[in-house]
Amino acid sequence: MVRFDDVWLRYQHAGRPPEAEALRGISFEIEDGGFRWLTGPSGAGKTSLLKLIYLAEHPARGRIEILGTRATQGTRRETALLRRRIGVVYQDFRLLPQLDAYDNVALPMRLARRSEAQVQADVNEILRWVGLAHRLHARPDELSGGEQQRIAIARAVVARPRLLVADEPTGNLDDEQAERLMLLITALNKLGTTVIVATHNMGLVERYPFPRLSLEYGRLVHNG
Amino acid sequence: MARHRGDLLGLRAALSDRLLPVLVGAMSFLAALALGGALACATLAASWRGDTAAALTIQVPQPDDPDTANDGTRLAAVQRALAVDPDVQDAAVMSKAEMNRLISPWLGSDATTLGLSLPAVITAQWQGPGSTDKLASQLQRMSPGTLVKTGALWAARVAALTISLQACALAVLLVVALVAAAVVAVATRSGLAQLRETIDTVHGLGALDSDIAARFAARATWLALGGSAGGTLLALPALAWLAWLAAPFTGPARLGGFFNLPPALIALVPLLPAAAALIGWTTAQLTVRGWLRHLP
Repeated sequence: MVRFDDVWLRYQHAGRPPEAEALRGISFEIEDGGFRWLTGPSGAGKTSLLKLIYLAEHPARGRIEILGTRATQGTRRETALLRRRIGVVYQDFRLLPQLDAYDNVALPMRLARRSEAQVQADVNEILRWVGLAHRLHARPDELSGGEQQRIAIARAVVARPRLLVADEPTGNLDDEQAERLMLLITALNKLGTTVIVATHNMGLVERYPFPRLSLEYGRLVHNG
Repeated sequence: MARHRGDLLGLRAALSDRLLPVLVGAMSFLAALALGGALACATLAASWRGDTAAALTIQVPQPDDPDTANDGTRLAAVQRALAVDPDVQDAAVMSKAEMNRLISPWLGSDATTLGLSLPAVITAQWQGPGSTDKLASQLQRMSPGTLVKTGALWAARVAALTISLQACALAVLLVVALVAAAVVAVATRSGLAQLRETIDTVHGLGALDSDIAARFAARATWLALGGSAGGTLLALPALAWLAWLAAPFTGPARLGGFFNLPPALIALVPLLPAAAALIGWTTAQLTVRGWLRHLP
């Protein structure tokens, strides 16, 4: 379950005056195994909200519960272990440049200390699914934008997370790849993974009519 | 498949194998010299202190006068007493020529012609465990005015000098260790800055602070160990040369076989790379964990 209760976010950088609130009084709840689109114009706060969900930011006010755990209240170790249960597709991919495609995808499993045999089986399977089994040894700078995005998606789902958070996951994909990705995400969702996908692609939202959270100017203007 | 597991973060590029080992090597070179200095100082001081503390000088005024028992001259009585004392070894009366050589700077080339009543001087080695007070009292009774002096005062001064020199050497070691730690800390912070995005990502994927710190610490440990081993090896010829210079003062029995270095130094020098590795590991761990506190 993901639950936000009157959550506010204000970015605060050392030595600079505080910025205006990126999120204001956000409240919603997503049941276990639920799917939500997150929509809104650029700058509405979609990425900020996702950052709170994948524990990359602390709220200025309010209460956040992720997978049954109150965010910001655990120890650093507990927070790290909670992050391992969340798969994230970053808007800018964030692939490690020194690792090849295989090792980038294997990263979450290795951090979770899974056996190498399991890593090998799962990574090869997910790379086949995203159509990149032939690019195992390519480094990120040798991959196209679309291929990098598919590697980022593979990395997010390889450890079968309980919660999948994706920020514009189809932004660099053609229609066929976008459909293939949605098949993967909905399959994971059917297996019980809670999914939140931020997107500008309203065509995709219409083809997959899941409930929607809409943001404008940091406020939640639509939920359902 | 364990490819890249050894350098997940790209530390080979971010934590260079050039500057850090060279600087730690230079610190280890200095540390080896300081350690050598401290041990040489201790060895020389032990040698000098032993010689000085054991030296015994007895002055017998009016040596040709009869002793209190009227059993011969005062000098003979004192000599007899010394001969039977088991704590006194190698007692010998200083010859007139030796006396003349000793006092000639003050009284001219032939002081014996001045008609002064010079005391007889006996040199000996004190082997007893305690003070010479009992011996002095005994000799005073036989020959009033007889003085017994030991090198204890000089031995105490040598000891004080030794302690101060060793303290200086330890201070040098401490400074060297702190500089080495600072070098590792700066290199680690530089590596963290270079890998900021990578660490953000790995942290976001659920890496524990201890996982990230351990990788930095492992890299820093190897670099410090390698650099220190090199610096210590380079210091060995310098230490051997210094040991050779000090050999006449310490005596061959106090030197070891390898490069003619003191055994204590041979035992301690290999610990320098281990100490550098420990400094590298600890500093990197603390630096990385402190830096990671800024991440949520």
